[in-house]
Amino acid sequence: MFWISINRLWTDHIKEMEGNGLITFSDRQIRVPKLARPVYMISGGMSQFARAFPRKKTEELVIEAFLMMAEILGMSPLELKSYIQAGFYGHFADHFGDQLLGEALIHDRLGLDPLPGMGVKTGGATGGYNMWAAMMAVASGVVDCALAIGWERMDEVPTDEGNNYIACAADRDWETYLGHIYAGYYSPMATRYWEMIAQKDPKFRETLAKIAVKHRGYALHNPFAHGGKMITEEDVLNSPLVANPLRALDCCLMSVGSAGVIFCDEATANEIHKKAPHIVPLRVFIGVGTHTLRAGDRRPMEIPLLPHETLEMYNNYPHRYPGFTSFLATRIACRDAYRMAGIKDPLVDFDLAELHDAFTISDLQSYEDCGFRPYGRGREFVESGDCYLINPHTNLPGRLPTNLSGGLIGCMHAVGATGEMQVVELALHLWGIHGQIHGDSKRWEAFGKEKPEDWLDLSVPDAKCGLGISHAGVGSHVAATILRKEAA
Amino acid sequence: MNESISDHNVVVVGGDPGAYKFDGRFHLGEPGKPIKDESGKLCGVTKPRTIVHVHSLGGEAKFFQGIAEEGKLFATQCKNKNCPGFSSIYLPFRIFCPDCLGRMEVVDLTNAAQENARVYTFIVTSRTGAFNTLKTPIRFIDIEIPGVVTILKSYLLGPTNPEIGMRVVPIFKLKNPTYTIKDLAWVPADMARSRLPEEFWF
Repeated sequence: MFWISINRLWTDHIKEMEGNGLITFSDRQIRVPKLARPVYMISGGMSQFARAFPRKKTEELVIEAFLMMAEILGMSPLELKSYIQAGFYGHFADHFGDQLLGEALIHDRLGLDPLPGMGVKTGGATGGYNMWAAMMAVASGVVDCALAIGWERMDEVPTDEGNNYIACAADRDWETYLGHIYAGYYSPMATRYWEMIAQKDPKFRETLAKIAVKHRGYALHNPFAHGGKMITEEDVLNSPLVANPLRALDCCLMSVGSAGVIFCDEATANEIHKKAPHIVPLRVFIGVGTHTLRAGDRRPMEIPLLPHETLEMYNNYPHRYPGFTSFLATRIACRDAYRMAGIKDPLVDFDLAELHDAFTISDLQSYEDCGFRPYGRGREFVESGDCYLINPHTNLPGRLPTNLSGGLIGCMHAVGATGEMQVVELALHLWGIHGQIHGDSKRWEAFGKEKPEDWLDLSVPDAKCGLGISHAGVGSHVAATILRKEAA
Repeated sequence: MNESISDHNVVVVGGDPGAYKFDGRFHLGEPGKPIKDESGKLCGVTKPRTIVHVHSLGGEAKFFQGIAEEGKLFATQCKNKNCPGFSSIYLPFRIFCPDCLGRMEVVDLTNAAQENARVYTFIVTSRTGAFNTLKTPIRFIDIEIPGVVTILKSYLLGPTNPEIGMRVVPIFKLKNPTYTIKDLAWVPADMARSRLPEEFWF
């Protein structure tokens, strides 16, 4: 057996391991990332999301998102642009938009030439990594204010060809030929988890269905979302089979749209805050991790621990780690982000989270990788009611509501914009304007929708800290973004 | 061969934002055809194309030649005694050791796979993306072989559905090979030679 030792370097607890094959890291490689100066989020915006926008070009959607950033601050687009010193752009697939170097086109259409601009591409984590690049630019002092904006154009090919394109984000020689569909890589994870960790418990399948019901239900109250639907667990279990055990309603949407954020240094944040006192600058901490493109290449290793975990917790964990049931990249991203932000216990320190629910199983796997529950016990996060805005068992607020936007299953998965969408949604809660933005009847009307009569304000009261997980492939890249409202 | 555009329509339906309605095998349609909404307003234009990619197999060619022509399952092994990953065996085949970046040696895993390969996890699916050529339902299996530090994705043929832990053996598409990963498939370990799928051999 090949083991990689990590905890012996990351904790004081040294576990000696025998035999060959230890991957060791130098202290330099595993140091906790440190920002040279604090970075703040000062605005964010989104376009409407839909399966198709036959009447809009990509640049129209990107500018729609940018206009919302200006609207939130009560500024004209021209005034907001006057702060921006560089643009960071992300779209997952040139194929979909049939446009190489789309970053240059969008930079131009935003009128930011000849300022610095660059593209970032890390699959489904493009949004998270794009913000990471912007954070680093500000933290380093290279710029004082950066725009990070993403988009995806997924409507210009039929769905089966879209599935083929997405499957090209697997290893083209060893995986893509096998079915040309991405659900083919996630369903084996679900099978392995269900059979080996959940011990074939039929109720586990129902737990996955609850996630789909929750996310599609929350999306009904989000005017930006296009997958809102009132469904039952039975509907999920009876929806068309995609790849056993995952069914159509377990899977995320294929979307078009754009979302973006503005990051800046403290001086710029204070200056903008003076003009827009209702927008409190939010501290930004982003940790990132990677793992092999092919899930099968993941050599067994120790479980890297988060601050609230101990080695003893996993003394009797009988499963290959990470195997097909966990995402090491998420764990590494959280490990870094939690330490950067001083998070001691995610269930206590976070008020809400937006996770990468590409499939219901990946949402559940993420509960464990993020430390909401120990490995092997992720389902308890749903079954306890902790993940809901209102715990259905107690009628009291859930401990850590997740994916109130509707997530990728209910809101959108316009791949290059997804990470930013999650973070914009978190920020709206932290700024205390989530209900105002989502409940604005004019916005519903502008999007060609009728605001539901039973519209619910899903704002998390007095939210101060949130987590967003931006995730690529079968966990090849993950960015964990923490937003925190600092004490006045 | 392009088919007539009359067989391939794209229109815009619905209100705002609306949706494309694709009709026919769109990627074979003609370029430069207008896409209009129900009122006749121009929304877009068709842009189909066929692109030929020529792809280098490079240092992995040994593996693909093995499954397409020789009936061999090749893996690679790190032989650098100074590497922390010394002696680790990789399948999928890696050209370079991920630890020391030394070029690895090719090892023949055919016998080991025939004797000890098991299903780690699996799915059965009828849904595929465009350009799939495998017959549906496809039974994808992920395979563990003792002594190999990685897990190989492939597919199961024959009459039996996969199960976790099931013993399987590799078979090779030696007749009309595609020189892709599809030339390697697996069958249950107890499958008789006479029942092998057409064009495949042990």
